[in-house]
Amino acid sequence: MIYFDNSATTKPYKEALSTYVKVNEQFFGNPSSLHHLGLQAERLLFESRKQMASLLGTEAENIIFTSGGTEANNLAIKGTALANMHRGRHIITQQTEHPSVINACQQLEEHGFRVSYLPVDSHGQVSAEDVAAALTNETILVSIMHVNNETGAIQPIQEIAKLLKNEPQVLFHVDDVQGRGKVPLNLENIDLCTLSAHKFHGLKGNGVLYKKKGVKLSALLSGGNQESGFRSGTENAGGVAAMAKALRLIEEHRREHGERLRAVQQFLRKELEGRQDVIIHTPREGCAPHILNFSVERLKGEVLVHALEERGCYLSTTSACSSRQKKTSTVLTAMGVPKEIADSSVRLSLSYENTRQEAEAFIQILKDTIPTLAKVQR
Amino acid sequence: MERIYLDHAATTPMHPEVIEAVSRQMGEVFGNPSSIHSFGRTARHVVDTARSTAAKSIGADFNEIIFTSGGTEADNLAITGIAKAMKQKGRHIITTAIEHHAVLHTCEQLEREGHEVTYLPVGEDGQLRLADLEEALREDTILVSVMYGNNEVGTLQPIADIGQLLKDHQAVFHTDAVQAYGMESIDVKAAHIDLLSVSSHKINGPKGIGFLYAKEGIALEPALFGGEQERKRRAGTENVPAIAGFNKAIELAASSLEEKRELYTGFKKQLINILEDKQITFHLNGTLEQSLPHVVNLSFPGTDVESMLVNLDLAGIAASSGSACTAGSIEPSHVLVAMYGKDSDRLRNSIRFSFGLTNTKEQIDQAGEAVAKIVARLTNK
Ligand SMILES: Cc1ncc(COP(=O)(O)O)c(C=O)c1O
Ligand SMILES: Cc1ncc(COP(=O)(O)O)c(C=O)c1O
Repeated sequence: MIYFDNSATTKPYKEALSTYVKVNEQFFGNPSSLHHLGLQAERLLFESRKQMASLLGTEAENIIFTSGGTEANNLAIKGTALANMHRGRHIITQQTEHPSVINACQQLEEHGFRVSYLPVDSHGQVSAEDVAAALTNETILVSIMHVNNETGAIQPIQEIAKLLKNEPQVLFHVDDVQGRGKVPLNLENIDLCTLSAHKFHGLKGNGVLYKKKGVKLSALLSGGNQESGFRSGTENAGGVAAMAKALRLIEEHRREHGERLRAVQQFLRKELEGRQDVIIHTPREGCAPHILNFSVERLKGEVLVHALEERGCYLSTTSACSSRQKKTSTVLTAMGVPKEIADSSVRLSLSYENTRQEAEAFIQILKDTIPTLAKVQR
Repeated sequence: MERIYLDHAATTPMHPEVIEAVSRQMGEVFGNPSSIHSFGRTARHVVDTARSTAAKSIGADFNEIIFTSGGTEADNLAITGIAKAMKQKGRHIITTAIEHHAVLHTCEQLEREGHEVTYLPVGEDGQLRLADLEEALREDTILVSVMYGNNEVGTLQPIADIGQLLKDHQAVFHTDAVQAYGMESIDVKAAHIDLLSVSSHKINGPKGIGFLYAKEGIALEPALFGGEQERKRRAGTENVPAIAGFNKAIELAASSLEEKRELYTGFKKQLINILEDKQITFHLNGTLEQSLPHVVNLSFPGTDVESMLVNLDLAGIAASSGSACTAGSIEPSHVLVAMYGKDSDRLRNSIRFSFGLTNTKEQIDQAGEAVAKIVARLTNK
């Protein structure tokens, strides 16, 4: 089996799994309880928070645990909008964001906010100049993702951060769900940042919203005032401990195997480029090391994905969130890719565990598969 | 020293079979249910199975279950979701003074956004009066949220009567069943319940998962936007391992319901008998009859919560002053205030004991003895 769908979700690290089980067997208490079991759970939660913080280069108090990337993005966008609307009601984002950003913004539009969805170029990149040009006195938030989940394109985060340094009234949110553990990101000039554990070999149902000290945010969930009041609900201490463990491990893997991952991607790119019938959508420069998005001409992405699966290779059409709906990828459309080619696109996404051998085997399987399908389709 | 955990209303340990189910999911079927390949399809199957199990457990249909990150999110989604979806029909909400903070704080937030909320009082038995509800009900009432069973004192509310009363009114009926689920047999159709919240970690399932039952046809504005999971009512990659564990926990809870009810009701009486035998002065907060089997809340005149809890903890007994969420601060319980008034000394000397999976008769004996000893010492008897 060749699992090349790590942007949809990753297999949890064994260590993360055993941390989760151990915590739930031994420290199952409610961190808000006053007795020893509660205190143990609370201490553990605090240790995990400190560990997450130090891995992200920040302080524990800046970490808000959530139920995942979607909740963290919703909290970042709607939470800042609500808390800052007295200063203005304009938000800037861009067209290839994940639906959890786009749809949250659309919901705000229904509630009287104005949102600018900036275009991207043919590499899928937004320009810092466009961000600058879109700023108004009313702007309270800029939300731009780090790494695109469909193409792996990296956005000019530091450039935008630098630009926004001169605009202290504008908050900067970055969705780093796909970048974390793969492409380093310094949080220094970023106000809010989203992570999701199941994309870096942690468990589903766990995420983080990094929030810089002093940034005003309204909670989306009201209740027992956990997470300093920013996110109510009994804490999932086991999931959080497993997430901290997974982040530590993937950062180690990045340092040790980062070049190998890039080499596997380069190999795949070269092999695919050698084919007349393949169009690669992932930009050559400024892309993450784990994603390759390409189309095989005149083959529906879905058909190819299923055929490859029959031969033991797991890829996906677009992002998992929209792949069941069979819509044309809005990300590729925004990059100017014609519909017919966009409908042929498939996404290959790697982890540090994937090897050159797997990549070679995959290329061979692809070579064998395409002719059989081409026949069927004609 | 054997540690005795009598705080199952705060959270419960996962059942070993649940841990096994979760581990199996994490190790083998780690796919994303939205993916179209077999990993995705297997994960989708896990979610669908759990959805059926959950639906069946309350007499609901498959499509009426929305998985959430827990009880708090389910309560928030129910209340805010209705308030937003029905704002053309009115802005009045009715709830009670003894709800969990996940309900109360959400209602307060809606008040700040222009809604009007009536907080119904309760009697010393912890129950609301139907007449009060009838009186509070208006043409522009859009939501009535009354919890099934209280988390601090265990009082059950007349849910079926409320359902009956609201049957022909536009107001949607939500009940927070986080404590009652798995302990009471619930039939949403028979009781005319429109929305019902459940949390997995209260029934020996994993933390970070719960569900909201939402009757077919109920308009609900989602709180989380993104992918099209949960039929667009709750975006976010499904927490498949936790859902698998939740499925197991629901099955176990359903099959042991009668047995547990009997066992915990027995524990409750046993604890009270021991204290009576030792001639300890105490009052039951609420009643024995209209109460969840696993929760008992006792007031010990002449003691105070802090020293009670510290001493109990030293004796190896984990109990609580009320809901875990507010326990961090030991503010006077809003539930006891609603039942006995803000000047009652019960606010300062009440302890909640809640039973669950690992407890035995011997443990209750031991705990009863220890409680009696501590109370005697603290009251200089
Ligand atoms: C870029 C991006 N943002 C946000 C999300 C949502 O995260 P989650 O699946 O944890 O809700 C995803 C993944 O689905 C993603 O790829
Ligand atoms: C009655 C009641 N409602 C809601 C909740 C919140 O549920 P969760 O802890 O899953 O967020 C709890 C428990 O904390 C509760 O006891």
